[in-house]
Amino acid sequence: MFDDINDLYQQVILDHCKKPRNFHEMPQCSCSAQGFNPLCGDNLKLFLTLDGETIKDASFVGSGCCISKASASLLTENVIGKSKTEASQMFERVRDLVTTGNTTGDVGKLAVFAGVYKYPARVKCAILAWHALIGALKGEVAPVSTENEQT
Amino acid sequence: MSLTPDWAKLRADFPILNQQVHGKSLVYFDNAATSQKPRSVIDALVHYYEHDNANVHRGIHELSNRATNAFEAARTRTAKFLNARSGDEIIWTRGTTEAINLVAATWGSKHLKAGDVILLTEVEHHSNLVPWQLIAQKTGAKIAYIPVTGDEGTLDLSKLDSLLTSQVKLLSLVHISNSMGTVNPVAELCAKARKLGIVTLVDGAQSAGHLPVDVQAIGCDFFAFSGHKICGPTGVGALYGRYEVLETMPPYQGGGEMILSVGYQKTEFKHAPHRFEAGTPDISGPIGLHVAMDYLDAIGRDNIWKHDQELANYAYEKLSALKNIRLFGPKQNRAGLVSFLLKDVHAHDVVEFANTAGVALRGGHHCTQPLMHKLGVESTARASFYFYNTKAEVDVFVEVIKGIQKFFT
Ligand SMILES: Cc1ncc(COP(=O)(O)O)c(C=O)c1O
Repeated sequence: MFDDINDLYQQVILDHCKKPRNFHEMPQCSCSAQGFNPLCGDNLKLFLTLDGETIKDASFVGSGCCISKASASLLTENVIGKSKTEASQMFERVRDLVTTGNTTGDVGKLAVFAGVYKYPARVKCAILAWHALIGALKGEVAPVSTENEQT
Repeated sequence: MSLTPDWAKLRADFPILNQQVHGKSLVYFDNAATSQKPRSVIDALVHYYEHDNANVHRGIHELSNRATNAFEAARTRTAKFLNARSGDEIIWTRGTTEAINLVAATWGSKHLKAGDVILLTEVEHHSNLVPWQLIAQKTGAKIAYIPVTGDEGTLDLSKLDSLLTSQVKLLSLVHISNSMGTVNPVAELCAKARKLGIVTLVDGAQSAGHLPVDVQAIGCDFFAFSGHKICGPTGVGALYGRYEVLETMPPYQGGGEMILSVGYQKTEFKHAPHRFEAGTPDISGPIGLHVAMDYLDAIGRDNIWKHDQELANYAYEKLSALKNIRLFGPKQNRAGLVSFLLKDVHAHDVVEFANTAGVALRGGHHCTQPLMHKLGVESTARASFYFYNTKAEVDVFVEVIKGIQKFFT
């Protein structure tokens, strides 16, 4: 019935959306940022604990579609242990990946988002948590919106 | 009631419906967003541009006469479609949104002042919320809301009398809710309001093409609708305004078409409706809409309404039999749509899966964010029907929903 959809809803994505990892508040976090996607109403908050330049811990709460939840969940796993600079680099790679299907450098498990570019309406869902990450690292106060994301 | 139409034959009038999407026959269930267009409407647009195109009200040459006549005939036709007294009560707009903005900007700026109350309901579309918020900010008027009962999407009228204070200057409400499928008792509410001297506006975006509409029987001062939701082209809609009220209102925009005489300091404006139509309008739009209104009335909007309700009730019953589903909207007298949420599956995922099975649904807040918020949800998935849809399509849709539930468990 849903023959064409497996490139978007990969097993790993389904697994993370059904059982999101690091899905909790972090009252003692160093910084946090809210991400909001007006299209779906995806709304999430990302928390980071920093140790100097290193992301020691990451978590998120909120609600959204399968793609945005899985993306946030995989993001937290991916950035724990990375430096701020490495995390920002990863954002660039993920953005290239979800908008073009290609990227330079290793993105690890995040490669499961390679099919998203074929669903332009869903790029915002996949990138939302990453915008929140950049917002948190920059210490932005206003909620991050995907409104201006180029798709 | 008109004769029972041959629905299958009517469906064949819509070229777009005969196509495959993702290898499956298209099931178009997003009619509340926009309807499809029959061949006759498409042909009317082509005919206009191939034979009659000229600017209106400006020339004396043959083509300008033809264009002007067709443009004004569409206005008279629209008056008949709504049972207005004359074409002078019909103003062309881009659609419902612009019609409401026009009333807010002109009637509102003239008649609203600090302390006045604009009464709306909690089920309104953003287009019947934001224009009022803007004019409220300018004038100092306040906005009050008739509450919604809950998931059924019906209005809680128990508090109506206490809401209808002497400060209320305007009641504006939706005829049929686009996210719930509720049919509001507009005639009853407008009658109450009129007794108190309150001006009334009915947002008819979801009703005009789906059931017989009689603005005099409803007793409203304004009625707004969009052509594209009733088999007409995009870019055109209309505002009905009771002539006595229109004549109290200042112009909307300034420019050509709306003036009697212009001096460098002062300008005299035309009477309604032309006072509200500055500049070259969408001309092909009304001409296409004219054909659409003829088309709908040949079917009979009473027949369309019966068909809408039958499909909606059928879909509602089938979905009710599923587990882990939350259904919105009234159980009785439901308009032609069903809004729902599956447990643990976001509406956008539902819509994405349905899409790969050839079924076009809508997922989101349906431009009713405050209502979604009140009901404690971010979004719903919605299937909305028109007369060219069939029970067989509802069956396909329900199987798809079952498939989605299976996929996500
Ligand atoms: C109830 C209701 N009101 C207003 C509108 C706005 O109509 P339009 O976008 O055609 O101006 C819509 C359409 O989405 C609607 O469903």
